[in-house]
Amino acid sequence: MKCERCSKPVTHHITDIDKNGDWQEHHLCHDHAQTFLEESNEIDDKPKKDVSELAKAFISQSGKSAVASESATEKRICPLCKMTFQEFRNTGRLGCPNDYVIFREELMPLLENIHDETRHCGKTPHRAPRDTQTQTSLIQLRNDLKKSIAAEDYELAARVRDQIKELESRKSVS
Amino acid sequence: MTLDELPRSPGEWLKGNGPESDIVICSRIRLARNLADFPFISKASRSEKSEIVTQIRESISESNSKLNYFDVERMSELDRQFLVERHLISRELKEGEGPRGVALNDDESASIMVNEEDHLRVQVMRSGFALLQAWEQIDDLDNRLEEHLDIAFSQELGYLSACPTNVGTGIRVGVMLHLPALGQTNHLDKFFRALQKINLSVRGLHGEGTQPYGDFYQISNQQTLGKSEPELIKSLSDVIPQLIEYERKARQTLLTERRQVLHDQVSRAYGVLKTAHTISSEETMLLLSSVRMGINLGLIDDLEIAQVNELFINTQPAHLQKIHGQTLAVDERNVLRASFLRKRLTEMRDGPPSE
Ligand SMILES: [Zn+2]
Ligand SMILES: [Zn+2]
Repeated sequence: MKCERCSKPVTHHITDIDKNGDWQEHHLCHDHAQTFLEESNEIDDKPKKDVSELAKAFISQSGKSAVASESATEKRICPLCKMTFQEFRNTGRLGCPNDYVIFREELMPLLENIHDETRHCGKTPHRAPRDTQTQTSLIQLRNDLKKSIAAEDYELAARVRDQIKELESRKSVS
Repeated sequence: MTLDELPRSPGEWLKGNGPESDIVICSRIRLARNLADFPFISKASRSEKSEIVTQIRESISESNSKLNYFDVERMSELDRQFLVERHLISRELKEGEGPRGVALNDDESASIMVNEEDHLRVQVMRSGFALLQAWEQIDDLDNRLEEHLDIAFSQELGYLSACPTNVGTGIRVGVMLHLPALGQTNHLDKFFRALQKINLSVRGLHGEGTQPYGDFYQISNQQTLGKSEPELIKSLSDVIPQLIEYERKARQTLLTERRQVLHDQVSRAYGVLKTAHTISSEETMLLLSSVRMGINLGLIDDLEIAQVNELFINTQPAHLQKIHGQTLAVDERNVLRASFLRKRLTEMRDGPPSE
């Protein structure tokens, strides 16, 4: 019998519980059994549900009538981080806090599926956050800064930097 | 504090002195947080990641939480692996790229990963079954940090995270359990399915037949949105006492029904550890798991749980190499591991050698 991860002979049979809660047999060589045990002994911080799989399932479930809106969804792009919904579907990770606003329509059913709930309950930050306007301006300005530096327009970069400092200094005003 | 000072102690999660620590190895809570005015990690440039590190390091020093920051980007591969083995950083942070790091307190009960999947991953670990103490500690640390940071938060969705599975409270609550006796029965399967139904996830390894394997399991919450932190902690801490009870009963049953077999099994495991001349880290882990059960069942009486825990951590590859002071190939490590085990187990039984 060959190791399921390489072609060496199997020396270990390990039973694991997979993400659906089913028992699964792994047949591994000496080296891969070691890697496997190390991986399993680590702090487990990865959610069992694969978000990009879920997101794909959701889009295909949305039915025939959704074909038109599907492509519109695919093309929608976050102006701040340039994330597209398609990219999110592939990676399962969002690009910036603003994506929760931009892709709200698609994300809400996904959140309901993952958490059975759609509204936060629990801790809130004590400190009054900057208004959303300021937050998005800051992300935008940092983008401008990157571009101006890449274009070697140092005069513009200096101006943008001043604007960022100005906005950041409003931090303590609540 | 430097990383080289750490191997002297087993780290908070392996201290073995917390409540119910014959079964519950450790309790762990982590919170995912992001800065409001930066993109998440996947869209952050190198300079933005540096700026995030700078802001978080400032907030850590202003928060007075007595944490030391370590730059993971510039760290040697061995030191990174060392922190993974101590459960202070994740494999993802170890293998990530760009500016990133971790802040630790002196007793290693708290760690803050910077630029992992989220800008901030705050973690608290306590020995044994101590979720409430862990929550108090992490809640306080989180409050101090956010006093100096603008955290991405919406009234409707709570703390905004890079992955929608963490949105809301951003909390993951987990306990690591050692269930060697339940692992030899077939009740564990049913029990875990029941946990899954109430949104708790189980991960771990169990033995095949009567062959002892690691038998370490982690149980954690899956849901992060729509329930408060104390509610989520409660859903987990409500089921743990029952699981502890089942494991204790299974241990007693094993003792009455299969005492000889069991005694033979743990004595052999102990014997191999005391006499081997070359041994892999995985075999060591499995044998130590068996010895750990032997101590808990009163079948081994010249060794303590805390000592077994020390061996667990110090026989891991990076720990072994750090103690030895140089990097070694696998074969050399296996020889060194065996001689380390023989030496430590003798010292533990007889006390340290007198000069
Ligand atoms: Zn293999
Ligand atoms: Zn975005």
